[in-house]
Amino acid sequence: MISVKNLVKKYDDFIAVQDLSFEVYENEIFGLLGPNGAGKTTTLEIIETLREKTSGEIIVDGLSVDKHPNAIKQLIGVQLQAAGYYPNLNLIELIELFAGLYGAKIKPMDMLEKVNLQDKAKAKYKALSGGQKQRFSIATTLINQPKIIFLDEPTTGLDPQARRNLWDLIIEIRNAGTTVVITTHYMDEAEQLCDRVAFVERGRIIAVDTPDNLIDQLINSGFERKKEVKKANLEDVFISMTGKEWRE
Amino acid sequence: MNDRNSGSALAGERPKAYSNTTATLALAKASFRSIMRSPSAVVFTLAFPLIFILVFGFLGGGGTRIDVGITPGSDINNPVISMLGKTGMIRLVKDKSKAEFDKLLEKGNVDAMVDIHKKVNTSAYSVNVVYTSASRDKGGILKSVLNNLFYDKTLKPTVAEIKERTVTGREYKTIDFILPGQLGFSLLSTGVFGTAFVFLSLRQTLVIKRFFATPVKRSSIVIGEGIARIGFALIGALFIILIGHFFFGFTLVHGVVTVINMLLLATMGIIVFMGFGFIISGIAKSESMVPPISNIVTLPQFLLSGTFFSIEAFPTWLQPISRALPLTYLNDAMRKVAFEGMGLWDVKFQIMILLIWGIVIYAVAVKVFKWE
Ligand SMILES: Nc1ncnc2c1ncn2[C@@H]1O[C@H](COP(=O)(O)OP(=O)(O)OP(=O)(O)O)[C@@H](O)[C@H]1O
Ligand SMILES: [Mg+2]
Repeated sequence: MISVKNLVKKYDDFIAVQDLSFEVYENEIFGLLGPNGAGKTTTLEIIETLREKTSGEIIVDGLSVDKHPNAIKQLIGVQLQAAGYYPNLNLIELIELFAGLYGAKIKPMDMLEKVNLQDKAKAKYKALSGGQKQRFSIATTLINQPKIIFLDEPTTGLDPQARRNLWDLIIEIRNAGTTVVITTHYMDEAEQLCDRVAFVERGRIIAVDTPDNLIDQLINSGFERKKEVKKANLEDVFISMTGKEWRE
Repeated sequence: MNDRNSGSALAGERPKAYSNTTATLALAKASFRSIMRSPSAVVFTLAFPLIFILVFGFLGGGGTRIDVGITPGSDINNPVISMLGKTGMIRLVKDKSKAEFDKLLEKGNVDAMVDIHKKVNTSAYSVNVVYTSASRDKGGILKSVLNNLFYDKTLKPTVAEIKERTVTGREYKTIDFILPGQLGFSLLSTGVFGTAFVFLSLRQTLVIKRFFATPVKRSSIVIGEGIARIGFALIGALFIILIGHFFFGFTLVHGVVTVINMLLLATMGIIVFMGFGFIISGIAKSESMVPPISNIVTLPQFLLSGTFFSIEAFPTWLQPISRALPLTYLNDAMRKVAFEGMGLWDVKFQIMILLIWGIVIYAVAVKVFKWE
């Protein structure tokens, strides 16, 4: 679905991405993992045709980012790590705006229902909670019925319930036939959600595989956790104490 | 969610060809809604001009100067004329043809005409005065000045009689001067401030970046915003004109046609002024830099473009500056269209100057405008 070959991105002298290659298969959830500043956002935004690459070759659904950026934009949905929405408009109006920008004929309310925001239809984006904002951003990625969606840290800053709720949403989107590329700093999330993950470090890919295989490899190399794993962790405590349903 | 998979009901509706027009209009609609909900836009475009119109509408005209035309063929070297000159209030207008004077008189651009002749067979003068209903106040002042002259001891023997007559002309009210100026200023501020703020904030809050992830063209973003801004400014202009007309007696010589002509001029004006806004959004580093830079553009025009006072009232060294500013020409054209009933072709000179400004401004805007 996506093929990245020898991608290089330089900001002036600084090399943010060096010789990066990976593939994303159709209908999988693909995770890009790595420390802050590793080059994840840079890589995603180059695939999304929002930034120029220095060199390398990128093919999205058979289309080259150099030759067909507009065709690519039509078949992808994009959630940016940092993005704003048009001021003074409510959610319905924002969705209408994006529908116009994509040339998609959709009912705004249907889109909000998909992310469970129908009650907030008349609210302004600014007035949403963090989790609602993320869900709204995801709704905007679905407007053009994309083949691939890119989610850049969609769960950062959310409480455990909201995160789980978002996982369900992402899995639902994937089950509907959409390929998902996601970045995250939560390893439990990557483990639960992603079919395959790539580890990025200083602009290079250091591993690509399924979470299971990567874990097995580590165990086979003789790794052991320092502390005996309990049957539950603090997050389980949090959820059992505050309930499973998400708030907002 | 799942219906996307099973049925292609939704997918089937996806239009094959991408329409830039749809995208542009969607943006225009969104932007227009946003502007209408932004208090500052409404205040700058409507409230300020209306307040000024109100204040000046009730205050009435400023310093008095009476323009008195000397009818061609009139005797010039006589005590009456020299006394009129000495009052300090009266400016004598000479060297124009009868036809020109008639026009000026009708519009109230000269407040009265005098024609002075020696009476046959005497050394006394006969003074013929023609007032205009377009300028009753000033005519009244002139009348009392003349009456004083008539009873002045030194003049009395030489002035035999004063004959008076009044022609009817359109009354030129303060509002007829103030309203076009305020309208121009409203267009200037919404064009400059509004455009600069919107593009800077869309850029800084990464709204534009999110737009770029859609197939929308850059030109659609600019045009969509422009349509919204122009639409908003024109609604504001119409509102100001109608309030002026119905509550303050603003003169619209040809009624609806005049209004349409004024709105067309307003469109040209706002487009030029938006160019300043694009430039400012490009050079401002933060929102707090927008007002000072915008003021550099708007204040001189506010003060020097004949918004409140006719630029002829300025010292001569200032006038060339006034005559370089685009708002001067917009105001001028507006007044000519509204009060003198001219068509757009009659103000082609003013339009041409606006056009030249437009070309220069947008040439700069293309250079300095920033998308991200
Ligand atoms: N516009 C830019 N100009 C210069 N350097 C940049 C620019 N954008 C990113 N960088 C640099 O490139 C490197 C990679 O940044 P990037 O945003 O891709 O990291 P990331 O993996 O997404 O990090 P995070 O997990 O914090 O989001 C960083 O060192 C960053 O400082
Ligand atoms: Mg990032």
